[in-house]
Amino acid sequence: MSTPRTPAGFPTQLLSFGEELRAESVAVGTSELLDAFAALEQVSWERREDVREALAATLAKSPEDRRVFELVFERFFFRAAEEQAIRKEVTESEGETPPETAAEIDLEQLRERIAAAVRQGDEGALRDLARLAIAAFGRRGEGSGVIGVDVQRIRRALGLRSEPSSRPQPDGIARGDTEGIPREALRAFETHLRRELERDQIERTRRLPAARPLNELDRALPSGPLQDLAAVHRVVAQLKRRLATQGHEQRGRKRHAHVDFRRTMRASLQTGGVPVVLKYRPHRPRRPEIYVLCDVSTSVTSASVFFLSVLHALHDAFRKLRSWVFIERVSEVTDVFERERSFSAVAEAIGRDAGVADVSGYTDYGRVWTEFLAQAEDDLHPRATVIVLGDARTNGRDPKDEVFAQIAQRAGRTYWLNPEPRLYWNYGDSVIAAYQRHCEVFECWTTRQLEDFVKTLSRVTTTG
Amino acid sequence: MAASPDSVVELAEGLRSVGYLAGESTALVSFLAIKLAKPVLVEGPAGVGKTELAKALSRHLGRSLVRLQCYEGLDEAKALYEWNYRKQLLRIQTEASGAGWEAVQDDIFSEDFLLARPLMTAIASPEPVVLLIDEVDKTDQEFEAMLLELLSEFQISIPELGRIEARTQPVVLLTSNNTRELTEALKRRCLYLWLDYPQLEHELEIVRLHAPELSETVARKLVEVVHMVRELDLKKPPSIAESIDWARALLLLGAEDIDAETFRQTMSIIVKHRADLDVVAERVGLRLGGPAEAMGVSST
Repeated sequence: MSTPRTPAGFPTQLLSFGEELRAESVAVGTSELLDAFAALEQVSWERREDVREALAATLAKSPEDRRVFELVFERFFFRAAEEQAIRKEVTESEGETPPETAAEIDLEQLRERIAAAVRQGDEGALRDLARLAIAAFGRRGEGSGVIGVDVQRIRRALGLRSEPSSRPQPDGIARGDTEGIPREALRAFETHLRRELERDQIERTRRLPAARPLNELDRALPSGPLQDLAAVHRVVAQLKRRLATQGHEQRGRKRHAHVDFRRTMRASLQTGGVPVVLKYRPHRPRRPEIYVLCDVSTSVTSASVFFLSVLHALHDAFRKLRSWVFIERVSEVTDVFERERSFSAVAEAIGRDAGVADVSGYTDYGRVWTEFLAQAEDDLHPRATVIVLGDARTNGRDPKDEVFAQIAQRAGRTYWLNPEPRLYWNYGDSVIAAYQRHCEVFECWTTRQLEDFVKTLSRVTTTG
Repeated sequence: MAASPDSVVELAEGLRSVGYLAGESTALVSFLAIKLAKPVLVEGPAGVGKTELAKALSRHLGRSLVRLQCYEGLDEAKALYEWNYRKQLLRIQTEASGAGWEAVQDDIFSEDFLLARPLMTAIASPEPVVLLIDEVDKTDQEFEAMLLELLSEFQISIPELGRIEARTQPVVLLTSNNTRELTEALKRRCLYLWLDYPQLEHELEIVRLHAPELSETVARKLVEVVHMVRELDLKKPPSIAESIDWARALLLLGAEDIDAETFRQTMSIIVKHRADLDVVAERVGLRLGGPAEAMGVSST
């Protein structure tokens, strides 16, 4: 190895990496950084994985920290490398593109090679293929310039579909086809696409886009369904307070309501029948009646914990609230929430006796609407609010939006909270557009978005 | 037997030769632990091979394994050392008439009267050892605090004797099932390794290593089913050890395929809770049944 053990300037880089981890609230102490240096002495610099693991072992000391570490690591070193490239005016020359030029590759072939690379987990090949895909896609002239959109368009153009990860694989070996690309693998490929697109963009504009902090979705959701419960709970607790105080503000501002005629007359007796002092009828904020339907199927696994805790918080905040959970069938869980105070007990009780999945565990929205309408038809009235928490992925079944329309018609307001980014709506088996005609749809997968929604909700209900 | 591996690859190979297929990060962190002489805190769900890693390391490095199983209420007397008071009493009785107080006192607080417990054994051993502190999350915080001195300085202070320093550098592994958040102070002194359930291919390799007679197809299907089961929300998801047990059971039964029937009969090997059994039977059993019947239909 002719290069020095520690590349020049690396200590400062590592220190600022530590800073960045601290900024994302990973507790990195000086002793940890010293350990990191010592550990890096022992591993070879050629292998990215080794460096990453060595740093992770010394800096990130819990599963949550580890997750943040991975994200920060990717971001930090990608940016650091690009920054160097800009400073030294290095661009990736044409000669560096993989042997075959992009022109002679058709999408079909590309798709098969990507699927193969995904199966083998070959990172290097995936990166090359991502660049080929971008080149091939660029020729078709469909690029939108927005990286997130382009990633999805490329993916769609290639016909890469993710399969539900819990999909039965009865005969995986025999079927070894390109159909089922596991969700995580596809996500990894998308990361490559995103990275390469970003690189292109940086090369074009010759500067780095502003760094943005990790959002809560990146941090919390994809890895494990139950991992960041605490974080969700913290925010939901804030939400509860906000919900509780918001009503009071409204009450204070809208003092002049209706004159209470009877009390005014009675008070006027003191002044000989002349109504000097007007008595007002106290303003009571109208308590909204809320019906919540929550999807708990596998396609929203990561979001359903979030949703359940939202439901839990709503139950504390609104007295007239009834809730249902559904997968293939719908089941009312209002009394579960009223009986159990702790969240985990609620979640367990729902898992145990809700009995919402029949066989497949796939959502059947059509059936859910029909059943819900049958159960709640008489109770729905114009002052009621219906909130649906779900991704509107019907797994190819009949969405029965006409039944949903009936529900929306009977209820005063209908809202839909979709845990998927807007980009994925109406893509694949998502039929949110069919329902969108009958209700207001909100994108909701972070607590921020939830707060925004809640603001809309309480504003509308107290004034209307 | 290798005294000290020179590279990560070498260590990974070594571990494989003693029957432990280490993931990439596992090998790397173990390597760092040996090189930097730092303890490793291994966390992860039950049954992913945390304890096994320590055993494999001891086999590969040719060191003896000193194991301290932690439990609630574990104290210094059980973990570090204890004075062998019976022996001390005997000593006093035999000397009772003759010797003066000074002589006896000097005498009975010497290493001869010390009962070494695991931590002490590990420190005082003339040969380097692998020290496994198993399930450290089961102990209470006081005990954790006591470990700090040991883990950072590799020494133990005994009031009557003074400090006992490690003569050789032990490899220390602490395992935790994450039932309790460990203190920052402890974490700071350790390297951190998170062991998770292995990827499908990796687990397949492990199963095939431990049950080589099982045919490739059955093994693959077995691992797929295990992964499927792990995805359900169970009280206790099946561990790697249980997939190996299952593989061996299938071998004994001479099963050639895992269909709904075989699965129903043998699933108690991987699922060990009443409620879990129901869930698994319902979800996985059906999936297995479906295609098997479909194939039956197509073949007739």
